[in-house]
Amino acid sequence: MTTESTQAGAGADPYKQHYEPGTHPDLPPPFATSGPLLWLRENLFSSPANIVMSLVSLFLLYKILPGVIDWAVLDAAFTGADRNECRAKASGACWAFISERLRLFTFGFYPVEERWRVWLAFVLLVVVVVAVLWEKCPFRKPLLWFGIVYPLVAGWLLVGGMGLTPVSTDKFGGIMLTLVIGVTGIAFSLPIGIVLALGRQSNLPIIKYSCVGFIEFIRGVPLITLLFVASTMLSYFLPPGTSFDLLLRVLIMVTLFSAAYMAEVIRGGLQAIPKGQIEAADAMGLKYWPSMRLIVLPQALKISIPGIVNTFIGLFKDTTLVIIIGLLDPLGIGRASLADTKWNGLTYEVYLFVALFFFVACFAMARYSLYLENKLHTGHKR
Amino acid sequence: MKAIKFAAAAVMSFAAVSAQAGTLDDVKARGELNCVVSTGLVGFAAPDADGKWAGFDVDFCRAVAAAVLGDADKVKFVPSTGKTRFTLLNSGEGDILFRNTTETMSRDADLKLSFLPVNYYDGQGFMVPKALGVASAKDLDGASICIQTGTTTELNLADFFRINNISYEPVPIETNEEAKTNYLAERCDVYTTDASGLAATRAAFEAPDDHVLLPEIISKEPLGGAVRHGDDQWADIGKWVVNALISAEEAGITMDNVAELGKAAGDNPTVNRMLGTEGDFGSMIGLDAQWAMRAIMAVGNYGEIFDRHIGPDTAIALQRGLNAQWKDGGILYSAPIR
Amino acid sequence: MSSQVSGHAENVVTTDRRGLLSRIWNDKETRSVIIQVLALALICAFFAYIIRNAVVNLEAIGKGFSFDFLWQPASYDINQHLIEYTSRSSHFRAMIVGLINTVLVAIAGIVLATVLGFALGVLRLSKNWLTNKLAHVYIEYMRNVPILLHILLVHGIIVHTLPRPKSAMNFGDTVFLSNRGLVSPTPHPEPLFWIVAAMFVAGVIFAILFRRWARRVQDQTGKIYPVFWISLLAVIVVPVALYFLLGSPIQWEVPALKGFNFKGGWNIRPEFIALWLALSLYTAAFIGEIVRAGITAVNYGQTEASAALGLSRGRTLNLVVIPQALRVIVPPLSSQYLNITKNSSLAIAIGYMDVTATIGGISLNQTGREMECMMIVMLIYLILSLLISTFMNWYNNRIKLVER
Repeated sequence: MTTESTQAGAGADPYKQHYEPGTHPDLPPPFATSGPLLWLRENLFSSPANIVMSLVSLFLLYKILPGVIDWAVLDAAFTGADRNECRAKASGACWAFISERLRLFTFGFYPVEERWRVWLAFVLLVVVVVAVLWEKCPFRKPLLWFGIVYPLVAGWLLVGGMGLTPVSTDKFGGIMLTLVIGVTGIAFSLPIGIVLALGRQSNLPIIKYSCVGFIEFIRGVPLITLLFVASTMLSYFLPPGTSFDLLLRVLIMVTLFSAAYMAEVIRGGLQAIPKGQIEAADAMGLKYWPSMRLIVLPQALKISIPGIVNTFIGLFKDTTLVIIIGLLDPLGIGRASLADTKWNGLTYEVYLFVALFFFVACFAMARYSLYLENKLHTGHKR
Repeated sequence: MKAIKFAAAAVMSFAAVSAQAGTLDDVKARGELNCVVSTGLVGFAAPDADGKWAGFDVDFCRAVAAAVLGDADKVKFVPSTGKTRFTLLNSGEGDILFRNTTETMSRDADLKLSFLPVNYYDGQGFMVPKALGVASAKDLDGASICIQTGTTTELNLADFFRINNISYEPVPIETNEEAKTNYLAERCDVYTTDASGLAATRAAFEAPDDHVLLPEIISKEPLGGAVRHGDDQWADIGKWVVNALISAEEAGITMDNVAELGKAAGDNPTVNRMLGTEGDFGSMIGLDAQWAMRAIMAVGNYGEIFDRHIGPDTAIALQRGLNAQWKDGGILYSAPIR
Repeated sequence: MSSQVSGHAENVVTTDRRGLLSRIWNDKETRSVIIQVLALALICAFFAYIIRNAVVNLEAIGKGFSFDFLWQPASYDINQHLIEYTSRSSHFRAMIVGLINTVLVAIAGIVLATVLGFALGVLRLSKNWLTNKLAHVYIEYMRNVPILLHILLVHGIIVHTLPRPKSAMNFGDTVFLSNRGLVSPTPHPEPLFWIVAAMFVAGVIFAILFRRWARRVQDQTGKIYPVFWISLLAVIVVPVALYFLLGSPIQWEVPALKGFNFKGGWNIRPEFIALWLALSLYTAAFIGEIVRAGITAVNYGQTEASAALGLSRGRTLNLVVIPQALRVIVPPLSSQYLNITKNSSLAIAIGYMDVTATIGGISLNQTGREMECMMIVMLIYLILSLLISTFMNWYNNRIKLVER
């Protein structure tokens, strides 16, 4: 900027004014090169295509969001004794239904006076899960040992016997049933899956092909056909006159089902381990199991963590299928509750409530897996 | 082979192991009767908010439990859809079935069921919204019709429309509850099932008067309980518990007077035989002498069960009609206990 | 002294015996044979055991094991049948009708899920913050809620919120949308139409040959032809123009409201729509993430290098990025396709008549042949799975990196 030009353009324009050194007034920053405006320009309006996309997105939000919020929150009724009372109060959702049935959604038909056992089992589960997930947890070692026997303890607490009042498993229902199936499946499918994956990699043809056959059979048929067999036809395959608990049969089927998927995930991990590792272990004189336990599996499992957690999430979501064979998970409880004349037609409330439950649980698992994945990247990637 | 047997035995330690011999022994050993019922049909079998089952069919289960185990509450209800009920019974999941089930020849002979005496004479009907202005089932050309899959109604419907040469769109549905939801949302114009089921379903509507049952009854649906083939003693127990409840109404035995009448032999030999004060009819079917008394004490006679769950004073408001005693103009006619 | 000796001798014997056993056990060959024989014996024993139980149990209630029932009349009606079917047709035919319905919804689902999934994957990589986040929210919602719930929800929305047939949404008096489904006209081609069809087939053949030729020319001379536009002209524009030139030689049977429902035309039922949409929307979320991972796996240096070579953005994408991304995308994609096929069995929750609902549902129940029907159903799904994996493996081998 030269003096001539500023003098030539003399006028009100403060940018072109000549100032003595040190007397220059503060000027506003140039337009949209920093702050929220820059962010908007770069992220939403950088090119014509971008502008169109932003406008379409905004339009979608404008179309969907207000309606949903109105229905679910602003226009919703949170109290009321039946559907008509809800409708009299507000035109939106009737959450009173959910809050009235919340206990049913949580415990199913578990006897009221015994529900402390469910709570206790749940609290213990939280303790074990925290110990497993959080490395700096106090008393981690003993808690992990407790985690191994936890399924037995929880089973005893829930089913009863040995000092506790027995509770028949057909009283199980709701979120509790989902957790029972989900946690059992998760706890047992991982070890079975590891064994199957190792079997599939085995040099012994009979072991290998029986594992392949099992895995491919399970992965080739829908879970509901297996559940149907477990629920209605399994007795044909047992010695005459015997039968065992329906829930137990479902647990076995669900566990075997996810074990087959787990095996494939772990096989992926195993295949990623360079052969040199196994050869090195052989050279060290390690036999099959020690070399697997000390060398191969730790590395393979670490690589497979995202896949393993995805299988867990899938298993957890698949627990809803038990309604097809008549067990009452939250979705089943919801649908059974809809039969009540008092609450006729509140389908969306039920579905959204159940969706929320599954979303929270599965989303949390997915996030944890992401965190773990980042943490365990011990320098193999940039 | 031995190892497998051992492993199987280990698994069985979880399970209730019992002898092949007979269902009666199994039930006694278990201390509980597994009774296959509907997933929910108000008036016939439906759980309330606490999961306690009640209804017409449920009371027959309870009567059998009372006769066999001495306690009407020792029943485990196995809810089933139309599709799963026979599989559940045949594979041994249930000991007996009371699920508004029609007796047919193929079910008896081919599905290997033994039917108990009919406890409700029914027929398939149609329900439509009044607003449609339909007067007869023959006006239903082109209509969408909700049916429960795995029932005889599905087959009757196909036959009826075929014979009358009219077209329709079947909308297959698993349970009565979903059928109701779809019907009310007008996914289908018509809902068809047993007339009693229609009445029960309509009673649970918010505005029952907006819907009418069409005059046609297109089939015979003798509804009754059933057990597996191959255990005659168990079939006899089911058969005679049902007969006893029907005969009790005929003989004037009720829930209230049964204890009094059963104390000692009275003047009426029929009553005496039934309540075990004369003869030894219980041991003929492997039970004790008071089997019928306990059943009646627990649930009352046939008429009482009917009135309590589906009779004119209930929301379902079914008339006795065909189900009146033969003396009162119905066709309910129990074989005599003698 | 003597006792010591005898004791010593005993020791020798035992170590010797142990030595023999451990020698056998430590010999890799023999050990593997022993393990395998044991495993085989266990497996055979297990199957023999359960089959014996099944035979005994079936005998006890007097049931046989036979597939003869497949030739009996099914006696029930099926609402959606793409081949001729009445209640007098056999159970076997009912099974085929169900199988066709399964395949139909699976293929439709695979197509829509792939299209939506690729779109979602691209949106997730978009620099536009808002679009990116919206796609993310959508993916997270879809992935973390069970598919059964999606199916029920979509079916509920269709049945409850769409208008009744009497007040159906009307698109130009030809297509109608109501809670009984989407009704559209049925085409009845006239003889002249087959000329158009022949033209279309010729166009496709031409496009394929032209594409090959253009590639060869490009390889030899570097000259680039607008392959896409020329193919479009041959396959679509010419036949369409011909169609109108010949005076639209197709009679359309237009549906009309008559009595309770629309008569005439094609009806796509709400059960099909619900299942199809739910399967596609759900699986698209998974495919979206797969596609995103596949594209990010291609090093950005590749894009920069092709830019340095002067390739346009579209060509960079077509020739450099997508072929490499596909190698990462295809294997997980095929397992998603398998999932769609298997998840389609949830059709029974809303009454879509697929193979699980016909032979594995109504036929099973009406005939009481659980064992036979479930075997058929499982076999059908196994075969479908096998077909899909075979096809995807073939495709994967085609696009996979050929190392020289």
